[in-house]
Amino acid sequence: MEILMAIIIGVLFATATYLFLSKSILRIIIASGLLSHGAHLLILTMGGLKKGAVPLVNDIGVSVTDPLPQALILTAIVISFGVTALFLVIAYRAYQELGTDNIDKMRGTEENE
Amino acid sequence: MSALHLAILMPFIFAFFVPIFYKSLRKIHTGWIVLFIPVILFIYFIQFIPTLLQGKEIVRSLPWIPSLNVDFTARLDGLGILFALLITGIGSLVVLYSIYYLNKDKEQLNTFYMYLLLFMGAMLGVVLSDNLIVLYTFWELTSFSSFLLIGYWYEREKSRYGALKSMLITVFGGLCLLGGILILYVIAGTFSIQELMTQVNVIVNHDLFVFAMVLLLLGAFTKSAQFPFYIWLPDAMEAPTPVSAYLHSATMVKAGIYLVARMTPIFAFDSSGLWVWLIGGIGIFTLFWGSFNAVKQTDLKAILAFSTVSQLGLILSLFGVGAAAIHYDIDENIYTVAIIAAIFHLINHATFKGSLFMVAGIVDHETGTRDIRKLGGLMNFLPITFTVALIGTLSMAGIPPFNGFLSKEMFFTGMIRVLQLDIFNMETLGVLFPVLAWVGSVFTFIYSMIFVWKTFGGSFQPEKMEKKPHEPPIGMLIPPVVLGSLVVIFGLFPNALLGGLIESVAYSVLPKFKYEVHISHWHGFGPELYMTIGVIVIGFALYQSQGKWKKIYDLFPKKLTLNKLYDSFIPSLETGSNLVIRSHMTGYLRSYLAYIFIFFIGFLGFTMWSMNAFVLNTSKVGEISIYEIVLSLLIVIGCITIVFAKSRLTSIIALGAVGYTVSLLFVVFRAPDLALTQLVIETISVALFLLAFYHLPKKFRHPETRRFKLNNALIAIGVGLVVTLLAISSYSTKLFDSISQYYVDNTYDPAGGENMVNVILVDFRGFDTLFEISVLAIAGLGIYGLIKLRLARRSEK
Repeated sequence: MEILMAIIIGVLFATATYLFLSKSILRIIIASGLLSHGAHLLILTMGGLKKGAVPLVNDIGVSVTDPLPQALILTAIVISFGVTALFLVIAYRAYQELGTDNIDKMRGTEENE
Repeated sequence: MSALHLAILMPFIFAFFVPIFYKSLRKIHTGWIVLFIPVILFIYFIQFIPTLLQGKEIVRSLPWIPSLNVDFTARLDGLGILFALLITGIGSLVVLYSIYYLNKDKEQLNTFYMYLLLFMGAMLGVVLSDNLIVLYTFWELTSFSSFLLIGYWYEREKSRYGALKSMLITVFGGLCLLGGILILYVIAGTFSIQELMTQVNVIVNHDLFVFAMVLLLLGAFTKSAQFPFYIWLPDAMEAPTPVSAYLHSATMVKAGIYLVARMTPIFAFDSSGLWVWLIGGIGIFTLFWGSFNAVKQTDLKAILAFSTVSQLGLILSLFGVGAAAIHYDIDENIYTVAIIAAIFHLINHATFKGSLFMVAGIVDHETGTRDIRKLGGLMNFLPITFTVALIGTLSMAGIPPFNGFLSKEMFFTGMIRVLQLDIFNMETLGVLFPVLAWVGSVFTFIYSMIFVWKTFGGSFQPEKMEKKPHEPPIGMLIPPVVLGSLVVIFGLFPNALLGGLIESVAYSVLPKFKYEVHISHWHGFGPELYMTIGVIVIGFALYQSQGKWKKIYDLFPKKLTLNKLYDSFIPSLETGSNLVIRSHMTGYLRSYLAYIFIFFIGFLGFTMWSMNAFVLNTSKVGEISIYEIVLSLLIVIGCITIVFAKSRLTSIIALGAVGYTVSLLFVVFRAPDLALTQLVIETISVALFLLAFYHLPKKFRHPETRRFKLNNALIAIGVGLVVTLLAISSYSTKLFDSISQYYVDNTYDPAGGENMVNVILVDFRGFDTLFEISVLAIAGLGIYGLIKLRLARRSEK
């Protein structure tokens, strides 16, 4: 299972990297979304998968999966949402100011050069 | 921290306060306040002389970076005190002189005195540090302060040129010196000069010894303006004259000589003779070349600059030849005379050259020109200045009874005795030493005569001068008069005044011998006397017939000078480095991202490979069910769709699909909280994307070449591969136990919750969550600001 996940994580990272290197700003924002998915799964996989029950306190003494990575990922999901939202607005504003979404052509306008 | 450390640091500390004095006490010339520092330090150092004359030395240690063997050890011995007295003594006179030279209403005095104090402290640090790394630090500081002082009148093109030139050459040498120091450390495992001296046998027989020596000497030769690095010194004359007198004649340029002298007890044991030949040879050739070129100069300061180059060569050659003495085991060692001559001439040069620089400054100040073609007949207008100039030049030319004569005679003695050395092929090629020494001395005589007679003798040409000349204010005369008097006094009573000091300095340079300095005015009819008479006769004849032989200077092709070489080298260096920078600093963010990714692949991949970090442990892996295979396939398909999607909508939907699949995976992985959060967040994200969708351009993809895509794909696959390997290895290795058990045990009691993830988030790591919310709030504010800003600007328009 972990090996399969490792490969999936690799695919997510590779796709994200490829999109990061492209010219369109929307694709770059998509890349950041994929990268955070990859990172979250990476944290989870590193701790070991399916090692026990859902991390809830129980009386019968069943061992549970590691709750700590889950707590970390929960924080990370929210943060990555904030980042994506900010990126989107910056992309939108940049397009309005500069008239392009091609990052190679974003060289500042005449007034702020 | 001892008083000795404080003495070194005092100029630095005081330099901080100079701007305050300058701002708050505008009516007083800042120089008067600064003057206290060198005077106090001079008095402080002079009280050590009785102790040092008894053969003791003062060592004070201050730990600085013990883990790197770098301690700020201050060591005051004969050599150190000689330089410390020169720095503070000449420093006092120069500051006094500068008060009259620099107008307090027109010049930026605060920066000038700050730089000057910076230099003073740095120079004291160089000569009093026992640790080579500390020495090197101060060494570079002297280069920097010299740069700042040469460029003091920075609005002048020539000042900037000279400053940069001196900086580039001396810092190049400084870096070589650092290399030499590090090699010495590799050999002996210490930066302390005293400890290095105890390991001479190890050092001299080491394979790297020659490299250490050559690098060290490059540092010394660039600093002391030896051939072929001397070209920066004439251009450094663009500095104000007090600076030229101080840095570029009396002290800083002697740092190279100091280094050679300081290192002699270690390097002189070199059995190949390279030390003797390199220093002696370069020194004696520089003596000849500098004096030869000084004759053709027309600017007073240029004459003095080349003269300084040549005199530094003289002193260095003496130290070089004198080092050979260590290979002879005789009590009455006839070769040590070179060392004594070198030390004696070092002192003499500071006195007569210092006074001559000040004379040149006075002439410039009073007439508005330093060009000897315009000057002449000033004898009657500046009688005191003329007297000082005459004494200084006669001493420089080696005419009795001045101090320069005594050291010049000893110099001849030292060079003649080279012929009696029977090591290092000295008996054959060594004949060049006395010959070059004599020829150089003839030219020294000629330019000395030019300096004094073209300025003060001949016919007065008032129409060529800007001002009507008269004697300068008394304060400007005191420093050169003091130095001129020293020239006479040292000339008359050398043994009584300097004998002890020279002995203790010589003992620092070659500790093997017992010295009894006896400098005599009359040696009898020996070769030295005939050489001096020859210098005077031939020099006088050549001075009189200058017009007939000066054409030989035109024989040298103008295009082949060292300056031309430097001038063509610097622009090509600039274009070269520009080319290198432009080749990778493209200005495109994407290129830099690509570098980061490539570095990530290379660095991480290499580390994993070299550390054997890749581990595959399949013993504990969980089983794979059909759901997981399906979900994994969904993610892969989503990724591929995003990469190849032609429209924006497709890629946004595919991103959403990947997100929802991940949340389903969280369900499978027993993480219901994550699954729920991911589900909500993904929904909002997709909605946001679709919102932005309307505002972003229709054209989603930009034309990309096949090569561009291939490169990116390669980098992407590399990153994916490395991350996969990393994930597998980090899962398979457990270096230490998980800290999670603590949270598991405490969730119910005392934290009082049942959902462990929730309890961790709001109880154990409550601050984390708080800051997470803060981040969201900041992002929200940013978004709000970005949108509001546009509206505000629109309404303005």
